[in-house]
Amino acid sequence: MAGPTESPLGDPRGAGDARRPVVVVDDVHVEYKVLSTGKRAGPAETGRRLLQRSGGTRTVHALKGVSFTAYENDSIGVIGSNGSGKSTLMRAITGLTPTSRGSIHAASRPSMLGVGAALIKDLSGERNVILGGLALGLSRAEIEAKYEDIVDFSGIRDFIDLPMRTYSSGMTARLKFAIATARDHEILIVDEALAVGDQAFRQRSEARIREIRDGAGTVFLVSHSMRSIRDTCNRVLWIDRGVLVMDGATDEVVDAYEQSRSTP
Amino acid sequence: MSRQRVNTSPPSAVPGLTKVGGRPPLGAYLADVVRHREFIQALARFRIEADNGRNRLGMAWVVLRPLLNAGVYGLVFGFVLQTSRGVDDFVAFLVIGVLMFEYFSTSFSTGAKSITTNAALVQSLAFPRMALPLALVAERFLQFVPMVGVMAAFAIGYGNLPDLEWLLLVPLVALFTVFNTGLALITARLTVHFRDLTNLLPFISRMFFYTSGIFYSIDQRFDPGTTFRTVADAQPIHEFLSLGRAVLLDGPDYAMPWHFWGYAAAWSVAVLVLGTIFFWAAEERYGRTD
Repeated sequence: MAGPTESPLGDPRGAGDARRPVVVVDDVHVEYKVLSTGKRAGPAETGRRLLQRSGGTRTVHALKGVSFTAYENDSIGVIGSNGSGKSTLMRAITGLTPTSRGSIHAASRPSMLGVGAALIKDLSGERNVILGGLALGLSRAEIEAKYEDIVDFSGIRDFIDLPMRTYSSGMTARLKFAIATARDHEILIVDEALAVGDQAFRQRSEARIREIRDGAGTVFLVSHSMRSIRDTCNRVLWIDRGVLVMDGATDEVVDAYEQSRSTP
Repeated sequence: MSRQRVNTSPPSAVPGLTKVGGRPPLGAYLADVVRHREFIQALARFRIEADNGRNRLGMAWVVLRPLLNAGVYGLVFGFVLQTSRGVDDFVAFLVIGVLMFEYFSTSFSTGAKSITTNAALVQSLAFPRMALPLALVAERFLQFVPMVGVMAAFAIGYGNLPDLEWLLLVPLVALFTVFNTGLALITARLTVHFRDLTNLLPFISRMFFYTSGIFYSIDQRFDPGTTFRTVADAQPIHEFLSLGRAVLLDGPDYAMPWHFWGYAAAWSVAVLVLGTIFFWAAEERYGRTD
């Protein structure tokens, strides 16, 4: 390759950062085509009745040209109001949601912290540890080796042989978190997962996230809790209506975000 | 590379990074599927376990359900409509037909929904999506294995003793599984594009049910050369059922139609190859929500 590493967009430290880029998001657009049923909200629609079918496909432009570069050992908070495109951006980074325009390159395939969808409620916790581990790409032998740790971390050893449908929502969330973090992640995306469980579990899970980051990882944390963003992140992306509004050091961005919300 | 723009980082400008979410080439994709074989197995086994866990009779339902089905068909068609006339060992004939057809029809209909009903899973974890239809067919396969025992028991019950020919059950079940897998891959992708297909599939399945000679003998009712017979002989489901009966049952009516092996094998391989490529080609599409 010719030339020095060029300075990608959105680097808060300016040009000349020598760290290794791990995720490069380049002018990414995501559009959904959704079959809309029912009446579209709008001010001048008095002439139409509610039951009249006014469907058709509608294009939702969820991301409108987002660009930034994440470096190794970055821990990046992603903030914005509901529906601003945070989760869409994260799913695009993992490759689960295809981009309409633009491209995303990464050093290794980023993974989302979450395994809930792979689990089966009618099966015991033990079976679900195996199933969830396999779904994450672990081998059977690796799961056996980590089984005790997973059960210990979840703190539900007494109930591990009972069907998961009998667990409380807190217990289920703890088990899911324990399974999901059993794998080593190089680039990890955590979408609101830290708000589960009781106080003690929350602290343990935040510690676990920091552990992952310190182990040469890059972490994206999507959260509405400015406290956990301030505690864990060194850089923050603020997204609003599909546009990257601000990208910079945590305190700077969070302050600006909070100010924008307090003055409507 | 010479292409350089100011505001963007062209793919080649960042060493060591690869594009996220691109569809891997077919070879690499299939290797990834093989790497996930333990996941596929676990998904199939655990789903059966979960399904049966809440019923009192549990695993027994896997065998009981199709047998009750066969009982109903036997009563309606065999006894009331007298389709059994002239068919040797009609009960064994019917049971083999119904049980084998069940393997095909459940793979066909549940395989079709394998992506659409697992949307949450597809949108949250990265694994080759082919694992989902494969796990479904694996699940049906595990349920079909005890059926083979049931079919054999009925054959023996009607005086057809096991002989060396019964060894052909192994390649037969293997070919049938290959065929069902290919079909499930095709319907799984089609359903993603056209959800309406889930409403149509039961009718297609039912059409095969009535035209494949499950509760009547096509060989006896239609002479060679008639259009229906020609179509039926070229139709894979009828071929698989005929082979199954020829292997398990004795007597002049059940002489082995050796040419059907060639047809059935050709169908199976063709459908599997087509299904694999067809399914893989849309790999990036499955995660989309629209």
